[in-house]
Amino acid sequence: MENSILTIKNLDAYFGKTQVLKNINLSFPYKKVTAIMGPSGCGKTTLIRCLNRMHELTADADYGGSIFLGDVNIFEKNPITLRRHIGMVFQRPNPFPNMSIYENVLAGYTLNGIRLTRLERDSIVQDALQKAALWEEVKNHLNKKGTFLSGGQQQRLCIARALAVKPDIILFDEPTSALDPRATTHIEELIEELKKTVTIVMVTHNIAQAARVSDYTAFLYMGELVEYNSSERIFTVPKDKRTEEYLTGKFG
Amino acid sequence: MKEKNIRRRLIKDRLFLILIGVLSLTALIPLIFILGYIFRNGIRVINWDFLTQLPQPVGEETAGGIVHALVGTIIIIGLSFFLAVPFGIGTGVYLSENRNTRFSVIVRLCVDLLMGVPSIVVGIIAYAWIVRFQGFSALAGSIALSILMIPMVVRGTEETLNLIPPSYKEASLALGVPYYRTMLKVIIPSGFGGITTGVLLALARIAGETAPLLFTALGSNFLNVNIFKPMHTLPLLIYDYATSPYKEWHHIAWGASFVLVIFVLVLNIISRLVIKKWKIQF
Amino acid sequence: MLKQRLSVLKKELIEYATLVETMIEKSIRGFLSKNKSLLNEVIKLDEEKANRWEIVIDELCTSLIAQYEPRAKDLRTILMILKMNNDIERMGDHAVNIAKSGLFLIQYPSFTYPESIQNMSDTTTTMLKDSIKAFTTEDIQLAREVCKRDDEVDKMQLSVLKKCIDEMTEDPSLIERALHVIRITGKLERIADLSTNIGEDILFMVEGKIIKHHHN
Repeated sequence: MENSILTIKNLDAYFGKTQVLKNINLSFPYKKVTAIMGPSGCGKTTLIRCLNRMHELTADADYGGSIFLGDVNIFEKNPITLRRHIGMVFQRPNPFPNMSIYENVLAGYTLNGIRLTRLERDSIVQDALQKAALWEEVKNHLNKKGTFLSGGQQQRLCIARALAVKPDIILFDEPTSALDPRATTHIEELIEELKKTVTIVMVTHNIAQAARVSDYTAFLYMGELVEYNSSERIFTVPKDKRTEEYLTGKFG
Repeated sequence: MKEKNIRRRLIKDRLFLILIGVLSLTALIPLIFILGYIFRNGIRVINWDFLTQLPQPVGEETAGGIVHALVGTIIIIGLSFFLAVPFGIGTGVYLSENRNTRFSVIVRLCVDLLMGVPSIVVGIIAYAWIVRFQGFSALAGSIALSILMIPMVVRGTEETLNLIPPSYKEASLALGVPYYRTMLKVIIPSGFGGITTGVLLALARIAGETAPLLFTALGSNFLNVNIFKPMHTLPLLIYDYATSPYKEWHHIAWGASFVLVIFVLVLNIISRLVIKKWKIQF
Repeated sequence: MLKQRLSVLKKELIEYATLVETMIEKSIRGFLSKNKSLLNEVIKLDEEKANRWEIVIDELCTSLIAQYEPRAKDLRTILMILKMNNDIERMGDHAVNIAKSGLFLIQYPSFTYPESIQNMSDTTTTMLKDSIKAFTTEDIQLAREVCKRDDEVDKMQLSVLKKCIDEMTEDPSLIERALHVIRITGKLERIADLSTNIGEDILFMVEGKIIKHHHN
């Protein structure tokens, strides 16, 4: 395995007494796209929410094990600073409704009370929107509210917002399941571009998407990591029978 | 489907629509009459003097004005606002963030009960707890009114915040923004329209409250801006003058009623405009 | 994504075909100029390389289909590349067989007509070259035209066969050698056939038209 930036060791996760993740050991390679796929309820969203410690925000949630970002165990770090290194894009596009496009992109700074000069702000906004392939479409409308954009554009705005704080990793939780096919294609192409600057971990329930977009794929089933390999290998010669059955549509 | 059946159904439809229209008009008619009557009787008394002069003893040349009640109403309502809003919004936020804890269930129950307590009872309680020790004052009146306001503000705030999709909170937290900042800078501003409406409606309600003020602010004939002393308000003045034997005072009472109705109307219009302007699409 | 990897795949196929083309050309040259080392090169080095290449291209096609669910022209392209890969591998095998027969024949004085074999080899390798060119540039005219040249090669093979039969009947000691010559020309004729297949595959890839079994 090449250079890993994030390594999961013996991770367990619980909601109250129910154990949703069982002894996960997984590492994510640097500046590559890793997909996490599996049927509904397999724990993939829980897994990704452990990576930026959003899991603990739910009542009754608990973990065991450790996750290393570089050589620091993220459970020993302040979750708030952690989340500035690991960004997240959600299933439903959610630009802040009370802010303009410009303000939305800068939200990671302004909501944290970080002061920036006018020049810095403009350059961060332009850079993030360009990286998110949205700049050309909105550069003359930066003061409009984010909610006036189409679904695909809103999602790209959310990506720009995540990129603006220059994280090391961005987590995508089913980023295209609320979008139409054309917007989905745009986002997939964008992810292909983005991996040059940032490591990407993506949860998807769409097998074809995992196959198209990712360099590595992990298959999760009933809270366990069943198989993890390069996408080329896992979709042509899966080693585990359960993976084979999932890919050929026998369940899920 | 048979022709006859279709025809019958269409007729029933038509009749139903007509019935609804008639019932609505019936509900409107008394309202129109009441407003019209107040308008007619009140408008002839309104002039600049009326709004800026103190009342004169009966028999004098001019009947005087209601300035003390006007000012008093504004002061007492303003004070109630400042007392009720922080508690109301704070409680609303707490309830919205903690939907199922034992404590929040109890709080919600209390708020709902408070909503149903008659205003005169609140007035008497304020009398027993405050006036008996500190004497009659505008402050006591404001406290009583704010107790009436709080449940409405809490309800309005809680319901508005409940409508905000949780994904905004998550998005903010995922950016590394601490919880308190997320609430103050993202969630509450997103709900600004709904919260403001709740507050304005609560204000409109207490603007016309008389009973609690009878035991707390008491009323006065003089222009007073000291909140620790008794103060007059429009509803109190209307009560006083309408029950008096003097015809001039009856006229003044009509004028004051008119002013009060306009005041409530304006508050309602403002709240509608606020909803429209600050409507934040999710 | 798919676009880039598809062009990488095409490039691999073209390079593979070029290798096999040189194998054929080397084996004929080695035989006609009695160059043993050239023939051994084909048998020992080139074949190994060719076989590995075939596997790489097969696996690449499989992962492209698994990962990208290609449709329409992309799908036809990948499927045809899979077939062409197979045919080119056969051609490589035939080249090796030509080299092996060549190794036997160069021990003896030649009795065949070098020009006809040289002609046949030239025509055949040109057919292969042109079919690959047609694949690279998606030139369907060229592809069709390559298919037609198959007849020429058949005729040439027939004439060599006749000559060999005459030689054999006159002098039975020549039989073993004649049979090797027949084998060589037979392999050349097979290579020409396979080039025709490639031409047909190109037509399907570009236009979706199936002309196989029809072009005669």
